[in-house]
Amino acid sequence: MSHDHDHDHDHPHGSELSEMQLRVRALETVLTEKGYVDPAALDLIVEAYETRIGPHNGARAVAKAWVDPAFRRTLLADATAAVGSLGFTSRVGDHLVAVENTPKLHNMIVCTLCSCYPWEVLGLPPTWYKSAPYRSRAVIDPRGVLEDFGVSLPAETEIRVWDSTAETRFMVLPMRPPGTEGWSEEKLATLVTRDSMIGTGLAKRPGAAAP
Amino acid sequence: MNGIHDLGGMQGFGPVESEANEPVFHDTWEGRVLALNRAMGYARLWNIDMSRAAIEKMPPDLYLTRSYYAKWLLRLEELLIERGLIDADELAAGHARAPGKPLPRKLAAAEVAKALTRGSFAREPSAPARFKVGERVRTRNMHPATHTRLPRYARGRVGTIECVRGCHVFPDTVAIGAGENPQWLYTLRFAGRELWGESADPSLTVSIEAFEPYLEAV
Repeated sequence: MSHDHDHDHDHPHGSELSEMQLRVRALETVLTEKGYVDPAALDLIVEAYETRIGPHNGARAVAKAWVDPAFRRTLLADATAAVGSLGFTSRVGDHLVAVENTPKLHNMIVCTLCSCYPWEVLGLPPTWYKSAPYRSRAVIDPRGVLEDFGVSLPAETEIRVWDSTAETRFMVLPMRPPGTEGWSEEKLATLVTRDSMIGTGLAKRPGAAAP
Repeated sequence: MNGIHDLGGMQGFGPVESEANEPVFHDTWEGRVLALNRAMGYARLWNIDMSRAAIEKMPPDLYLTRSYYAKWLLRLEELLIERGLIDADELAAGHARAPGKPLPRKLAAAEVAKALTRGSFAREPSAPARFKVGERVRTRNMHPATHTRLPRYARGRVGTIECVRGCHVFPDTVAIGAGENPQWLYTLRFAGRELWGESADPSLTVSIEAFEPYLEAV
């Protein structure tokens, strides 16, 4: 890019990001002037990912599966249909698969080749999910990765890593924490973290979350 | 291609560092880059595998040192220039110098909700699936110089078919403009030791989503 632009010196993140701001603004201006993009459409895309499409959607599905055995069966048999029935703003694609953690089996999701992730139920992936440390190690040393997240599982627990190498998208159905008997779906959903649905974490215990 | 993007099993990148309460975007430009990519992807000038391939072709030093959305920006600029939709002088000037070309379709604000739904990659099969659930198969030892979704760590390895996922657009051909060429897709499960040898964690299993042309009978 050209370095002749005036830098936005009062930008709080320093000149590198200011350069990126300028460069992205230049591209958006060119594409708008050429009639390729509508800035109003761009605004709506950003707004959707900042507000409506996020892990709160996946948490609702998990909490419902914990209290509703029929929904749990549907989620595990056809996650696209199950999640689709919850009426999110962004409908799911047709290749969503939910995999269930049990005392004997712990599932973890990765995309070693790029950053495939179930956007519709979890939103945009966190930076670590797209990073070289996670993508390289998840398939060869998942217990080491879990340690980085402060999670330690019994040696006999089977660890199953799902590498998202096609358009199939995976989410983990974490185990329901003990001590939550009688909790409502809404209250249970507060225990369901994003990481627990990727498999790098567990659902929160009662007391670790606001009721 | 055996590119830097194919990271599975590499060592030495250090611990996974997660950020507490990470924002969706760390700066506003990241959201604009995402939106620009989605809007131009909607135009059907290229498909998702062509855009993945464009990132994979990036020089390894750039791939490892640029942030995620910075790579998306480089990729989009490159695709637009390569296809003659903009030129480098326009980018440098920050303004169009000539009118745009007609697009197959343009994303209007009213269509954004629809555009955020993932497309379907399932297609009608032209032949029955070659492999069955429970069957043991070997992945091919293949090294195409173009886009593929068979990671290096899982090539030439024996696994068990766990699930038949239907017939899908084949990334290896659609990425190079050689057609959708639909192929059966399987979940293929490997024992950790098959991938990583005797010292592998005995409790580990790993699966990939494998297209039929990646597989051969054992």
